[in-house]
Amino acid sequence: MMDLRELYQDIILDHGRHPRNFRAIENPTHFAQGHNPLCGDRVTVYLTLDGDRIADVSFKGRGCAISTAAASLMTEVLKGKTIAEARALFAQFRARVTGGEAAPELPEPLDEEMDRLEPLTGVRAYPARVKCATLSWHALEAALKGAGTTVKTE
Amino acid sequence: MRSASLRSIYPGPGGFDPQLLKREFPIFANNPDLVFLDSAASAQKPRSVIDGTADYYRTDYANVHRGVYRLSARSTELYEEAREKVRRFLNAADRREIVFVRNTTEAINLVAQSWGPAFLHEGDEVLISELEHHSNIVPWQLLRDRIGIRLVVAPIDATGGLDLAAFETLLSPRTKLVAVTHIANATGAVVPVERIVTLAHRHRAKVLLDGSQAAPRLPVDVQALGCDFYAFTGHKVYGPTGIGVLYGRLDALAAMPPYQGGGEMILHVSFEKTEYQEPPHRFEAGTPDIAGAIGLGIALDFIEELGRENILEHEEALTGYGVDRLSRIPGLHLLGAGQRRLGILSFDFDGVHPHDVSQVLDQHDVAVRAGHHCAQPLMERLGLSGTTRASLGVYNDESDIERLADALQAAREMFSR
Repeated sequence: MMDLRELYQDIILDHGRHPRNFRAIENPTHFAQGHNPLCGDRVTVYLTLDGDRIADVSFKGRGCAISTAAASLMTEVLKGKTIAEARALFAQFRARVTGGEAAPELPEPLDEEMDRLEPLTGVRAYPARVKCATLSWHALEAALKGAGTTVKTE
Repeated sequence: MRSASLRSIYPGPGGFDPQLLKREFPIFANNPDLVFLDSAASAQKPRSVIDGTADYYRTDYANVHRGVYRLSARSTELYEEAREKVRRFLNAADRREIVFVRNTTEAINLVAQSWGPAFLHEGDEVLISELEHHSNIVPWQLLRDRIGIRLVVAPIDATGGLDLAAFETLLSPRTKLVAVTHIANATGAVVPVERIVTLAHRHRAKVLLDGSQAAPRLPVDVQALGCDFYAFTGHKVYGPTGIGVLYGRLDALAAMPPYQGGGEMILHVSFEKTEYQEPPHRFEAGTPDIAGAIGLGIALDFIEELGRENILEHEEALTGYGVDRLSRIPGLHLLGAGQRRLGILSFDFDGVHPHDVSQVLDQHDVAVRAGHHCAQPLMERLGLSGTTRASLGVYNDESDIERLADALQAAREMFSR
């Protein structure tokens, strides 16, 4: 069996306990709720878009260490990114945590952001936990598509 | 043959030895370090059930209630013999009161969909409790949306037990059915069902009891209880998956229309009109889970062999040990279970998410359930998104509780730095 510290790396435990950007945005241009019916976890992602650039991003909700850390790290890497860059990061991130599909090529400047998300890829070895890592990203995707919806992982 | 070996393991009351009993469950030989504390979700299977089911397929298998040939007659005999074992297990008055279904969920849906529309009218009330599993909530909501009944929910009190006083005030001439759990799956609270039946019958309401967690742990006597319906599932009483039981009083079942249509449940079919079988076969459309029923019968033999009172004694002692041990762990908050708790220890651990707790426990080969336990309304009522739940079976002993406590210590070390 894998060492559990591969899953719960220090950076994840830290973000799980002290999530960054853990707040609601007063007047978001976009927001959506993510719901994992399996565990009952809910996360709401808030966005303020300036044109196609993410001026501010935050989240609220209750979840496990993985889903909280994933949402926290997501908000950190997304601030200042364009919608296209956010989607490219999600595609790459999803490919890496599921370990299934081939990861699409990333434009060079996003490598650093991807490295910051790398600690979350430990979920690959724990199929039941992959959705914890992607829940906030699914909510982000839903927020970008249309405000105020709830997206489920199931 | 198995009986003899079991007797030598269990000389009688007080001779209950889970360590020896573990040898009867092949899962533990194949997973030597496993601490299995999730029997409330599904129990492990003794050798006799596994082998007996396979033997049935090898030596006696054919469809039931059809063939004239001897093998089919033999199969029918074994299937109906299993029904008789269930009758004895529940102390039902008549074998025809035992309907084989898939699981507890199907048993409750059968009552909701057959008895419901036949006997309930718009404005009639079905009284449930806050302790219910989704399977004793959603079927009534479906019925409510279909025929306009009202679903009334009796609250729990501050200790986590059913609030009997509040329950009593909610009973009225509009109450036509009381549907409550015998033991709450999310907390282990034992519901005083004897009292509930008395109160409900005083208001001429019928009573359905969800026995999913009680059947494996308590002696159940439906005649002494006086309930109208009792539901339980095979896989939680050490039997196979896919088989469950609805007990219904014969007069109640006889007055109910069929639940599903098809073969097995008919006397005569023409395109104009069909005559239905009497209970229980009226409610068993299609080829049933024959091997499942026979496997369930073997599981009930196993339970009788151990002794229902012995099992209860074992579960009570180990529940007490678990409550005592877990209560001494700082930051661990055990969910209240009212006056009496049996076989289930559900807790919040220092606010650490249950999925994180159970992930660490799994690393230590301790299998528990994490989450809302299909009782989301109860979790919401308690202000929790979920809990970590350890539940007991006949094969558990104090060492399993100690392993759980040690693994919880490891979880604390990981998450509290």
